[in-house]
Amino acid sequence: MTDLEQRLRNAPAAELHRGALGVALAQRAGKASVLDVAYAEIDSPIGELIVFVTPRGLLRVKYADEPIEGVLADVAARVSPRILRAPSRTDETRRQLEGYFGLRRRSFNLPIDWSLVHGFATGVLRQTARIPFGDVRTYGQVAAQAGSPRAARATGNALGSNPIPIVVPCHRVLHADGGLGGYSGGLDRKRYLLALEGSLPDHD
Amino acid sequence: MTSRLAASRRSIHVHLPPFQRLVDDHAAELHRFLVASVGVADAEDCLQDTFLSALRAYPRLRYADNLRAWLYTIAQRKATDAVRAYRRHRASDLEGVEDRLVTPPHRTSDDELWSSVRALPPKQRAALVHRFVFDLAYRDVGERMGISEEAARQNVSAGLGRLRKEVER
Repeated sequence: MTDLEQRLRNAPAAELHRGALGVALAQRAGKASVLDVAYAEIDSPIGELIVFVTPRGLLRVKYADEPIEGVLADVAARVSPRILRAPSRTDETRRQLEGYFGLRRRSFNLPIDWSLVHGFATGVLRQTARIPFGDVRTYGQVAAQAGSPRAARATGNALGSNPIPIVVPCHRVLHADGGLGGYSGGLDRKRYLLALEGSLPDHD
Repeated sequence: MTSRLAASRRSIHVHLPPFQRLVDDHAAELHRFLVASVGVADAEDCLQDTFLSALRAYPRLRYADNLRAWLYTIAQRKATDAVRAYRRHRASDLEGVEDRLVTPPHRTSDDELWSSVRALPPKQRAALVHRFVFDLAYRDVGERMGISEEAARQNVSAGLGRLRKEVER
């Protein structure tokens, strides 16, 4: 090896500041309108949440029970691969969720991006979004409001696929006999949210 | 007609990972590449510019089988832009007064070598950095640059030749 090659191997080095890079990238990408989906982790009393925001609004709220890779790949395939971790873009969502869990806020005032919702589920989830804090409905009632009174089971499926839990309050939909029904995040979380709102059925 | 349809289907089904993964996986090595290519002072801006350009073009990509080489190609272009801007800036200085002001106090003896590296044609500069700073085999240098192993070898050899003339002058 020549002396010149050896000198090239001893290249100057410098540490990369990943945090600063992330902040700068998110800011510049947002300004240039090339950031389609921003996401960040948010702490909550029922576990970490990952929230996804587009320029149109809140796209998805995911309980962080599994590694984030799967949900990122899913959003990349279904919405856009232009995804960056950008906490500054999820600040308003974080603020309102903190207010909700701290009982300082009873309704969310956030634009929603419904891109991940299709067909029958659209009507079901839009109706569900209107159920007020502290109130509950049955699957049949939501089905009727969505225009298909006999589609209680399809309504259950639509609620189970709700991409925006908590903010679109699918936890407020119960069985007609007062049973809790299902919840994509697990029944413990549904119980917690209903108790928080003072509407957990007595026998549960 | 059939083949055009097939081609459009292929482009629809290109699997592009979430862009954040590209940042997580490649930011550190691209930064190292840029530090060697343009110096510490400009490397961070070049890195941001690289990712921003990539993000802009990302959804239109038709092939996702070598995203790393694609990122390096963009980084190489940003490095070339930075080197040109630096030269223009220097050319407009009065007798290098400005130049002394920006020279770091811990100036090392090899600054001269690295300014010569910066002055090389872009492909030679990139090939030298991949070969010696990253210590890669020619095959891997070629893969990262999107050129053949032979072309990588030629760029390294031509770059070394020019450098030798410069530094042994």
